[in-house]
Amino acid sequence: MSVGTPSPALTVSEIASSVGTGTLRAKEVVEASLARIEALNPAVNAFTDVTAQRATAEAEEVDAAVAKGEELPLAGVPFAVKNLFDIEGVVTRAGSKINRENAPAAVDATLVRKLRSAGAVLMGGLNMGEYAYDFTGENFHDGNCVNPHDLGRMSGGSSSGSGAAVAAGMVPLTLGSDTNGSIRVPSSFCGLFGLKPTYGRLSRYGTYPFVGSLDHLGPMARSAMDLALVFDALQGPDPFDPAQAERDSLVTLPELEKGTDGLRIAVAGGYFRQKTEPEAFAAVDKVAQALGATTEIDIPEAARARASAYVITVAEGASLHLDRITKRPWNYDPDTRDRFLSGTMVPAVWVQQAQRFRSWFREKIRRVFQDVDVILTPATPFSALPSGTKTITLDGETMPARPNIGLFTQPISFIGLPVVAVPVWLEGASLPIGVQVIAPAWREDLALRVATQLERAGVCSAPVAALDAPIT
Amino acid sequence: MSGKFDAKAHVAHMEVVMGLTLEEDWRPVVEAHIAATQKAAELVLSFPIEEDIEAAPVFEA
Repeated sequence: MSVGTPSPALTVSEIASSVGTGTLRAKEVVEASLARIEALNPAVNAFTDVTAQRATAEAEEVDAAVAKGEELPLAGVPFAVKNLFDIEGVVTRAGSKINRENAPAAVDATLVRKLRSAGAVLMGGLNMGEYAYDFTGENFHDGNCVNPHDLGRMSGGSSSGSGAAVAAGMVPLTLGSDTNGSIRVPSSFCGLFGLKPTYGRLSRYGTYPFVGSLDHLGPMARSAMDLALVFDALQGPDPFDPAQAERDSLVTLPELEKGTDGLRIAVAGGYFRQKTEPEAFAAVDKVAQALGATTEIDIPEAARARASAYVITVAEGASLHLDRITKRPWNYDPDTRDRFLSGTMVPAVWVQQAQRFRSWFREKIRRVFQDVDVILTPATPFSALPSGTKTITLDGETMPARPNIGLFTQPISFIGLPVVAVPVWLEGASLPIGVQVIAPAWREDLALRVATQLERAGVCSAPVAALDAPIT
Repeated sequence: MSGKFDAKAHVAHMEVVMGLTLEEDWRPVVEAHIAATQKAAELVLSFPIEEDIEAAPVFEA
């Protein structure tokens, strides 16, 4: 294939710096991104909507602003969003067939507007699991989004396109959503840095929900510094998200230089050392060794935390879909349909008890964080599974693949802790696998510092997939 | 919870309560899902949680 310059390997900060100083034009960057999307998307299926005309117009605006001396922290950075984000003039499909009947969005989602005002250029909407109820990247309506590092494997989901588009080098930055692991799972499978901020940190206004009491939004990129740069631009109060907390913004970028000196970093044992393939242990151990983390701690009742999140998810998700799943179940992806149908049948007391347990668990983990600053766990129990995998066997127990890919992510998002998923390539491995770097609530800076340190030490990296040869 | 959970009976009952349409080939999958949820709920409900612990109306971490 022919891909124009600049290189798809450029990171967010490299592009922003080059465009901001005039050594590269936003228009050139966007043209290269559009060419790469056109060449690779038929094989990867990351994009569902490419907003080429808008991208070109926005790039011209950025170039004009830079020429006038305007300083834009994300000047000319192409980005794309999971298709549950509103994009003005585009129907927000949320991975579904049903929502395609809706009118196009009248305005951009809050986070899209924030990136745009920082000088980033929107390239379009990205594939996702239907209504975000997915960890695989499979979609009945739009086709499966596959892993750029191995086209026969899952991208991970539900922010599947958000992972695949960055790993394929189509764009250096995407936004996804994470209810139970949907940023961290594709970050692990596709080998990316992904940030799930604290619950209530970023506005979710203008995005289609899944489980309001657990939904988060966040960025995925190919470097930890990029996550910090983008996270800083995404913050700010928005009265339209009822769950956004009244917190001051946290400026993380200057914090990265502090490294990990003085941080107490521990590895989670117990639940997080079971039901795992060897590569997940090996990745955590490699990261822990690089950080000098020798302490193992217990996250008490992690299995119950995961079980609680599972119960809340199925019931609250079904509540959102009650009218549609009652009247037109035939229009759903069969894999989500049967889960939502079952969710309408959950006794209320199961859900309420799970919500009460959430308060209990939050308190316990707050106490754990009195003794440590950062906790390491696997992001997924294994590297990307072959597409179509229905069951997995872990520790001799065979279980459905789809819900259990999120075994390790689900207990953490349950109490809204910030996490950076960092990508590890083990020696000789052909696929990446992620490690969760977990910080106390509202301390995204700590997780980003650790991720940056790991990247600088060469322990974690997110190379663009070598797709050119098989696609040519 | 006590006693054996009968997913088949639960689905047959709730299908009527909720006015759902279940095609016959969906039914075993729906039953498997509610059985998995019940298993998860059993783990949650078996935890001796103190009475003063409340759910957060708008959760804040």
